[in-house]
Amino acid sequence: MALNKIWVFAEIAGGKPDTVALELLTKARSLGGTVEAVAFAPDAAAAAGDLGAHGATTLYAGTDPLWADLLLGGPAADSLAALVEEHHPDLVLFGMTYNSRDVAGRLAVKLRAPVITNGLDLSDGEGVVVHSSVFGGSLNVATRFEGITPAIAIIKPKSFAAEPSGGGPAAVVQVTTPIAEKHRSARVTERVADVAVGPKLEEAPVVISGGRGLGDSTNFELLDQLAAALGNAAVGASRAVVDAGWVPYAMQVGQTGKTVKPAVYMAFGISGAMQHTVGMKGAKAIVAVNRDENAPIFKLADLGIVGDALKVLPALTEELRKRRS
Amino acid sequence: MKVVVCVKQIPDPNTTGQLDPTTHLLKRDGVEVVIDPGDEFGVEAGLQMVEAQGGEVTVVSMGPERGLDAVRKALAMGASKGVLISDDGLRGSDALTTARVLATAIRREGFDLVITATESTDGYSGVVPQMIAELLDVPAVTFAKTLAVEGTTLKVKRQTEAGFDLVEATLPALVSVTAGVNEPRYPSLKGIMGAKSKPLDRITPTDLGLEGVGGATAGQSITSVEAAPQRAAGTIVKDDGEGYLRIAEFLAEKKVI
Repeated sequence: MALNKIWVFAEIAGGKPDTVALELLTKARSLGGTVEAVAFAPDAAAAAGDLGAHGATTLYAGTDPLWADLLLGGPAADSLAALVEEHHPDLVLFGMTYNSRDVAGRLAVKLRAPVITNGLDLSDGEGVVVHSSVFGGSLNVATRFEGITPAIAIIKPKSFAAEPSGGGPAAVVQVTTPIAEKHRSARVTERVADVAVGPKLEEAPVVISGGRGLGDSTNFELLDQLAAALGNAAVGASRAVVDAGWVPYAMQVGQTGKTVKPAVYMAFGISGAMQHTVGMKGAKAIVAVNRDENAPIFKLADLGIVGDALKVLPALTEELRKRRS
Repeated sequence: MKVVVCVKQIPDPNTTGQLDPTTHLLKRDGVEVVIDPGDEFGVEAGLQMVEAQGGEVTVVSMGPERGLDAVRKALAMGASKGVLISDDGLRGSDALTTARVLATAIRREGFDLVITATESTDGYSGVVPQMIAELLDVPAVTFAKTLAVEGTTLKVKRQTEAGFDLVEATLPALVSVTAGVNEPRYPSLKGIMGAKSKPLDRITPTDLGLEGVGGATAGQSITSVEAAPQRAAGTIVKDDGEGYLRIAEFLAEKKVI
């Protein structure tokens, strides 16, 4: 399958594209052919500069004011399907985000096109090959698209670094497909952002996560105190404690949560179920503290302390405070 | 109100999944199977919905005959009816085929609300709910943290990267629920006994009017499966009271303090 044209679906907030779109554009440039972007938001055209600077020559922009509040999946898949039939891209790339996944899944049905999800890398070898990992990262699988176009791939954020191409703004082509009446009832009535303290989980150079081994939700304060002592750390959690309601879902690291790749990842009282490790095994260095010496997390750890996280945490925080002062 | 909940029987997620080296399909033989833990939240959400609104919950599952256990568990929890679609030809089905089979069965049952998990715990392609919604031509409100129905309006608190959105959609609709959306009930002894007399349809794709579905996935092929490289073994020590110092030194070595 010759790659003549690759599309990247971009989500826009406040006139800015999401980071994963820029990551995908960067990768798409290396696969050859024309690289273009598609976005649906009233202020989508404002993203032409950022998208162009990362390699998109054209931006197909749906700018109907209705896009501001609509649930994206249904109407975006409709408009995108019409665009695909008009312009024939060979490959359409999506970030593995809540909204983009909705669009990609519905688009695959409309086009009867193959879709590969959880992608971590892309290569061109007698057709586009999507590399992904399964079973908590224990197996690497390569899947090749064959024959049917467009191929649809959903790629995890942070799989590539976003690098500017030095290109000018993308040429904006207005998408005029009207939004069908049936899509207008599903709407976002309010958007609420969690108040984040300190660096974002996905961007912090140090991530400190807690699990069941902390015993109680109130002990998460010990992680906050350590993060404060470090100054450059974000606090995460395993699925078990998120499911138990100790901390919000936004803090979850793992398959159904966030993927992090910090310089140092520290796991306190986390056993290391595959569900969790898939989200953190890309860390450059891993520290684990757990009472159970057989906990699978120790197989990943560069430094493992077999002991009580509740004892180690305050002592470590105190030590770091001393070193800082 | 008619609620349909999709459930899946999967290999015990606490065991390491393996692919057959020749067929590239998930090895299912000799592996304990359980109802996908994510689906228990969906069943519970469905039961709470009909307890508040009236109506009944039907559970729909696609998979091998062993999938009956997952359906029976949902019936024991309180669902009124079960449907299991099985066929050897469905082995190795991709997301699109799975969605087609489930959507056809759901339409046959009739529905106001379809509830799924956000993704299965074994395959986790994470697109089957959206595909079912597209095939049923209804909105998909995915990653629900809470859900409620007022009149014909579905109201959902939906997970986002930044926090959450409040989303409204008119029924009929599909909603996918995150783990932790509720506390799934344990089946009571009475529920388990009662489940045996509840209607349970065991059907094939042919019964749904779907001929020749399943088998090889169109448009893609697996070209390699390899064990991921292992991380080099690290230093594991028992905490002698100075474990915290080892960590502090490690952090200094890595230049993050």
